[in-house]
Amino acid sequence: MNDRSPLSLHVPEPAVRPGGKPDFSSVRIPSAGSVPRPEVDVDPESIHDLAFSIIRVLNREGEAVGPWAGMLSDEELLEGLRHMMTLRTFDARMLMAQRQGKTSFYMQHMGEEAVSCAFRKALEPGDMNFPTYRQAGLLIAAGYSLVEMMNEIFSNEKDPLKGRQMPVLYSSKALGFFSVSGNLATQFIQAVGWAMASAIKHDTRIAAGWVGDGATAESDFHAALVFASTYAAPVVLNIVNNQWAISTFQGIARGGAGTFAARGLGFGIPSLRVDGNDYLAVYAVARWAIERARRNLGPTLVEYVTYRVGAHSTSDDPAAYRPKTESDSWPLGDPVIRLKNHLILRGAWSEARHKQAEAEILDTVVTAQKEAESHGTLHAGGKPSVRDMFEGVYAEMPPHLRRQRQQAGV
Amino acid sequence: MPRKTMVEAIRDGMDVMMGRDENVVVFGEDVGYFGGVFRATQGLQAKYGKSRCFDAPISELGIVGAAIGMAAYGLRPCVEVQFADYMYPAYDQIVSEAARLRYRSNGDFTCPLVVRMPTGGGISGGQTHSQSPEALFTHVSGLKTVVPSNPNDAKGLLICAIEDPDPVIFLEPKRLYNGPFDGHHDRPIIPWSKHELGEVPEGHYRVPLGKAAIRREGAAISVLAYGTMVHVAMAAAAETGIDAEIIDLRSLLPLDLETIVASVRKTGRCVIIHEATLTSGFGAELSALVQENCFFELEAPIRRVTGWDTPYPHAQEWDYFPGPQRVGRAFLEVVNGE
Ligand SMILES: Cc1ncc(C[n+]2csc(CCOP(=O)(O)OP(=O)(O)O)c2C)c(N)n1
Ligand SMILES: [Mg+2]
Repeated sequence: MNDRSPLSLHVPEPAVRPGGKPDFSSVRIPSAGSVPRPEVDVDPESIHDLAFSIIRVLNREGEAVGPWAGMLSDEELLEGLRHMMTLRTFDARMLMAQRQGKTSFYMQHMGEEAVSCAFRKALEPGDMNFPTYRQAGLLIAAGYSLVEMMNEIFSNEKDPLKGRQMPVLYSSKALGFFSVSGNLATQFIQAVGWAMASAIKHDTRIAAGWVGDGATAESDFHAALVFASTYAAPVVLNIVNNQWAISTFQGIARGGAGTFAARGLGFGIPSLRVDGNDYLAVYAVARWAIERARRNLGPTLVEYVTYRVGAHSTSDDPAAYRPKTESDSWPLGDPVIRLKNHLILRGAWSEARHKQAEAEILDTVVTAQKEAESHGTLHAGGKPSVRDMFEGVYAEMPPHLRRQRQQAGV
Repeated sequence: MPRKTMVEAIRDGMDVMMGRDENVVVFGEDVGYFGGVFRATQGLQAKYGKSRCFDAPISELGIVGAAIGMAAYGLRPCVEVQFADYMYPAYDQIVSEAARLRYRSNGDFTCPLVVRMPTGGGISGGQTHSQSPEALFTHVSGLKTVVPSNPNDAKGLLICAIEDPDPVIFLEPKRLYNGPFDGHHDRPIIPWSKHELGEVPEGHYRVPLGKAAIRREGAAISVLAYGTMVHVAMAAAAETGIDAEIIDLRSLLPLDLETIVASVRKTGRCVIIHEATLTSGFGAELSALVQENCFFELEAPIRRVTGWDTPYPHAQEWDYFPGPQRVGRAFLEVVNGE
């Protein structure tokens, strides 16, 4: 016994901390077009390497290259660009509104716009997402009303959720967007359940689950993988790896595994990694995974490699835990600029038209905001009623709650 | 004596115990380098090293489960669950494991563990940053449950919780972190530096679990409160002019029944207040105890003023929260026999 050297605890650390020079040299980025595109009915055991690579379509020059390219027309790509630009402008305005005290809280998507916008484009009406708070692109790309979203953010008299939920925890069954929970990862296994229901009922609709890199540590994530694997559920399980979970770098949740996608391998689930800042790559991989689900070939796990450029939320200041310029060094660039450059290269877009689109989109968002604000903001103007607080706890209000509502005088 | 915020006092409590006892370890989500989203562990990693204070993966089950294993080894973990609203994944580990380990192994294994959780509302946090789940813990045999209302108590109670041989749930009313909030959300924030209970002695001191504090002596009614509601009760007493005796329970289990009973026997009236929902709340337990022990001295029915039996709302927060007006009205009704 005595010749054994003492044990010590391993606690992972990010490469750099505030004050240091940002360093992503350990992030291995394969060149665009280099990862093969297997058939959707491929034997999962034969594509393990896809869990350790990164599928990319747009190269440094802005060209779309390789086997995952060529799936979207100019018009479709322009629409995608517009969705991402709208989301970015929406975020900027809502961040400002939060600073002006018009709401309590906000969470933005800066740098991650391609993930939810492109994925939504690959879905069909009737499919159901089980999102986190950072997938508003699913709503915007589905054509949800910006005013409606803002009404929710402002908790005003037109708030579809009656002031009950915090900002950005939207819900829209009609557009395939499951009510967002504030409790992390709970939705991941629910997505699997929804997909199992679709299979039980011989339906053709599929589900998509969403989770952040940090929240993959929750047991719900692991439960989702085992259920999806066991029942070959028609579900796409999406991990958005934006490198950070509030102050905690992704190494804490990932542990000794090389990637988050690798989590799927032990369950026999085809597991892919994709450049999350590449609209074309996200779309192509989403299409592949969705087709697998639709053809009853079972679940797919997808890790989107991206970067959270902004603060976690309006309650957070990342300068306390990561170098201020870290996002500038992120090797996968900016999703909006990359798609814009690609469209220019294709001859379908120009700097001038981009400028013009920016102005138009700002105008659309500001107009929506004016309308939403006319229905009130968190502390001013129209509010949801106090009665609304008592409604909707049950389908039918039980007597004890009725008594309490009376006591409250509403 | 130095004045501290409640966050600083709690940090100081952990610091003192980490300094005195090498077996004390601190971990949780964002707790290490960053020092916690409420900054309660700021500086502890730098001072005691990464093996004593570190970030955990986002798994509350994992945090509490690992802490139980460490406690079984002989450490004294003091872990953080980022918000009490996120303790549910850990509930099985808390209820089936931590709470029963001593009993089921007949003391072969024990669980000297503290689980800190910010609790309560008042920060526009909606249903997932505002809950008060204390009754879910007091209902479990084998757990102790503590809710401080000020920096001075918070440090002394936390030290006792860490020294305790059994698992302690340490609920920190987050709206009190920076000042003694009395429910008047539209008034300027009063800092702890302006409050005498912001005085926090240096070094090690104890505030024992199971001992209530009388915050205001009075003859007209006994008010049983804890956490944020202690300050709301103080405001309600001042605003109604009712001579209320305000008892800050500090620890719900063990409970200082003696102080409660002596007070109610004196005043003959009792109002119980908490932020948590009414039905099966801790107020129901208190009400039963007062009834069982003070029936013949009671001159009016016991009244409870609590959050409504709905999830905690975002926009209607101040209609939900039992503020000084609602509490004051109850004081008047109970005293005037309405
Ligand atoms: C069960 C639970 N635990 C903790 C939290 C607090 N929390 C909110 S977001 C967050 C970080 C999540 O990081 P990640 O999953 O990577 O998603 P991201 O914010 O980066 O999109 C934490 C710890 C929570 N909401 N729910
Ligand atoms: Mg993340």
